[in-house]
Amino acid sequence: MNIELNSADRAFRDEVRAFLAGSLPPDIQRRVEHGLELRRDDYASWHRILYDKGWVAPSWPVAHGGTGWTPMQRYLFDEEAAAASAPRIMPFGVNMVGPVIFTFGDAAQKAHYLPRILSGEDWWCQGYSEPGAGSDLANLRTRAVRDGDVYVVNGQKTWTTSAQWADHIFCLVRTDPSAARPQQGISFLLIDMRSPGISVQPIITIDGSHEVNDVFFEDVRVPVENLVGEENRGWTYAKFLLSFERAGIADVGRSKKQVANLKRIAAAEQSNGRPLSEDDRFQEKIAALEIDLLALEFTELRALSRHSAGEEPGTEANILKIRGTEIQQRITELTLEAVGTYANPYVPEALRDGWNEEPIGPEYAAVAAPRYFNWRKASIYGGSNEIQKGIVAKLVLEL
Amino acid sequence: MDLTYSEDQTLLSESIARFIQDDYDFETRRRIAASEHGLDPATWAQFSDLGWLGIPFSEAEGGLGADPVAVMILMEQFGRGLVVEPYVPCVLLGGRLIAAAGNAVQRDHYLGDLIAGRVQLAFAHGEPGGRYALAHVATRAEACSGGFTLSGQKAVVHNAAAADFLVVSARSSGEPGACEGISLFVVPRSATGLSIRSYGTVDGLRAGEVALDGVELGEEALLGETGEAFPVIEAVTDAAVAAVCSEAVGIMDRMREMTLDYLKNRQQFGRPLGSFQVLQHRAVDMLIACEEARSLALMATLNLGGSAAERRRAVSAVKAHVGNAGRKLGQEAVQLHGGMGVTDELALGHYFKRLTMIDTFFGDAAHHLDRFARNP
Ligand SMILES: Cc1cc2nc3c(=O)[nH]c(=O)nc-3n(C[C@H](O)[C@H](O)[C@H](O)COP(=O)(O)OP(=O)(O)OC[C@H]3O[C@@H](n4cnc5c(N)ncnc54)[C@H](O)[C@@H]3O)c2cc1C
Ligand SMILES: Cc1cc2nc3c(=O)[nH]c(=O)nc-3n(C[C@H](O)[C@H](O)[C@H](O)COP(=O)(O)OP(=O)(O)OC[C@H]3O[C@@H](n4cnc5c(N)ncnc54)[C@H](O)[C@@H]3O)c2cc1C
Repeated sequence: MNIELNSADRAFRDEVRAFLAGSLPPDIQRRVEHGLELRRDDYASWHRILYDKGWVAPSWPVAHGGTGWTPMQRYLFDEEAAAASAPRIMPFGVNMVGPVIFTFGDAAQKAHYLPRILSGEDWWCQGYSEPGAGSDLANLRTRAVRDGDVYVVNGQKTWTTSAQWADHIFCLVRTDPSAARPQQGISFLLIDMRSPGISVQPIITIDGSHEVNDVFFEDVRVPVENLVGEENRGWTYAKFLLSFERAGIADVGRSKKQVANLKRIAAAEQSNGRPLSEDDRFQEKIAALEIDLLALEFTELRALSRHSAGEEPGTEANILKIRGTEIQQRITELTLEAVGTYANPYVPEALRDGWNEEPIGPEYAAVAAPRYFNWRKASIYGGSNEIQKGIVAKLVLEL
Repeated sequence: MDLTYSEDQTLLSESIARFIQDDYDFETRRRIAASEHGLDPATWAQFSDLGWLGIPFSEAEGGLGADPVAVMILMEQFGRGLVVEPYVPCVLLGGRLIAAAGNAVQRDHYLGDLIAGRVQLAFAHGEPGGRYALAHVATRAEACSGGFTLSGQKAVVHNAAAADFLVVSARSSGEPGACEGISLFVVPRSATGLSIRSYGTVDGLRAGEVALDGVELGEEALLGETGEAFPVIEAVTDAAVAAVCSEAVGIMDRMREMTLDYLKNRQQFGRPLGSFQVLQHRAVDMLIACEEARSLALMATLNLGGSAAERRRAVSAVKAHVGNAGRKLGQEAVQLHGGMGVTDELALGHYFKRLTMIDTFFGDAAHHLDRFARNP
């Protein structure tokens, strides 16, 4: 047992650091660093830069364009990218539908979709949730009826992140309403967002931003060759995908960066004539947060070590999701507390880059409340934390 | 001891609840919040007609008797209705400061118009970098021939742009942080040298940054004695904090009800969410938080007339509790609504935002925990 990185990992980390320093466009970096709104182009440019470097899909097998990194190297890359204020890679193509396609797709699907996901030419969104099917995903109702060589799709998806930007949506649809168990009648369909009959309506969240959408399907005709794997086996693929979705969700690197930001704010804020960062009680709150983050980090590192030693990943992903999101939320909460009164002004323009007016209060104040409000989502999406705990209770504790 | 409502108090509570139900639904609130001053003149006139603007003032001041319990009842209902009208900055801060610190001429001059709904007031006190220290006043008031000259910056002044007059704290002597040396002035919004940068707040209210650049005032602008305003400011803000905690109680209770409805109606896995025991217990915790908040709000309200030490301790107790328990309850209400909880469409998120920002009103939970500990 040894807490030091080995020399290969150190060299890798230096290489990543140098690459980030030289390749991350400063304007994108600035927007990430200050928590400003990111545009589609920002994600697309960074995706393209990583693609050109061959680093866009660390979770993929080398044969399909993956990096061949060890789990530790993937972890180091994520950590360095977060520390450098790189945007995240949108997960829907690279981390979700990509792995489903290379695992369950046919040769034509692999040949067509995978290179376009890698290059960033195609943008994807995830069509799982419906108004009546949130935690109870298997209750989904969107119907796909076979008609010759097409499926005719009718129904509604909701909470669809970045549907407004996507070229394709991967959907869970009901193909057999009379199956014995609801999970058995579901199929996994790839649908072109430009298909006639699809309409997208924004859902505005409490922080005023537009991340999620309703997506409506009205007699949308989808070629049968867009079915992934077998009909009525979609649930298996969906669960496979969820295990990818949850990996990396701990987001330790980004949380470390946000804690550093919180400390910077606490040092700038005054409390009774001293910096807030010197206030004992506030210091202890940050300390408790950092201890939680260290526990999360070493829980993830232990899992990585077991993984590197050849063990299959277990349910640690659920634990990492629960604690990772709780910690992210706690950071936004403490940041809001640190900012204090100047969290009140709501200046939407100040959340976008290029607003040249003088900020109201300190420059870091404007994003504090919207961020706090927005991050309430983290314990809800990707399988709510209650559902995660239910899974652990059932699968680990056998309750 | 009797901690139940009298018949009059019950009637008052019901009449305000009826107003909210009939005239102040969520879409009305949304429309008013989006208006220039976050204030509907017809609604404000109605407040006046119903006598609500006179509740915190004695009969001698032209009011209805200055009953803190009536203020508590009003504010709880305003919380339930998520009322955006500037009752707190205008009436409970601006109006109460003039009533408590002003002389008979000043009271006559402003309070009649205030209670009749003809003038708007604001309290310009907090300053950049002051955090929640009530005596952090750096704005200067220099005596000059025939009056005073004010210079300084005031931060996040609610209702600033709509106010006809701002009650402004400024230092006549001493350094920021000292309780001695602070004076209060009534400054017309149109005064030369006063400028306001107005904006909406994340919880749907209106506020502004107030800059005072050599604002010249006559002797009659001074409220009370030069340099001796701090005890009045503390007493009036304590009463306003207690009132805002009652608003928080109304918000928390409404959020709790909405969540309970949701748990009863939303079906997943073929059964209502409320049938899952883990969610039942959380709903019970929300109920407990509401009951405790209501108890402390009442306790604080009934202590407003006590000694300064009793008042401080009582007010800080409820503010600290509402800060922490309110944060938790708000987060739970959102969480138990799933994705719906984070939408702008649902009223719930707007209650959540207001409840969150109440924590920054004259001291957050940490500030009041500390103040409580220092006032044994
Ligand atoms: C910002 C955001 C982005 C999203 N992006 C996407 C996306 O791109 N694609 C997509 O398909 N979906 C997406 N989702 C949807 C997300 O997966 C669902 O919101 C989530 O699964 C919860 O479902 P629900 O909102 O219907 O809540 P519900 O399932 O109605 O749950 C409400 C509450 O009840 C709890 N609960 C439910 N069942 C149980 C139980 N059995 N035991 C205990 N507690 C329970 C939940 O934990 C929650 O607290 C997104 C959601 C958000 C908020
Ligand atoms: C110091 C002491 C004094 C007592 N005095 C008396 C007395 O004077 N007279 C008397 O009659 N009894 C008395 N009791 C007994 C007491 O009422 C029982 O211990 C209690 O009802 C719990 O029952 P149990 O110990 O069998 O635990 P169990 O019922 O087996 O419970 C074990 C745990 O599971 C939890 N649990 C059980 N059912 C549920 C559920 N449906 N949902 C969620 N959680 C659940 C419990 O809360 C507990 O944490 C006393 C007990 C103690 C410890």
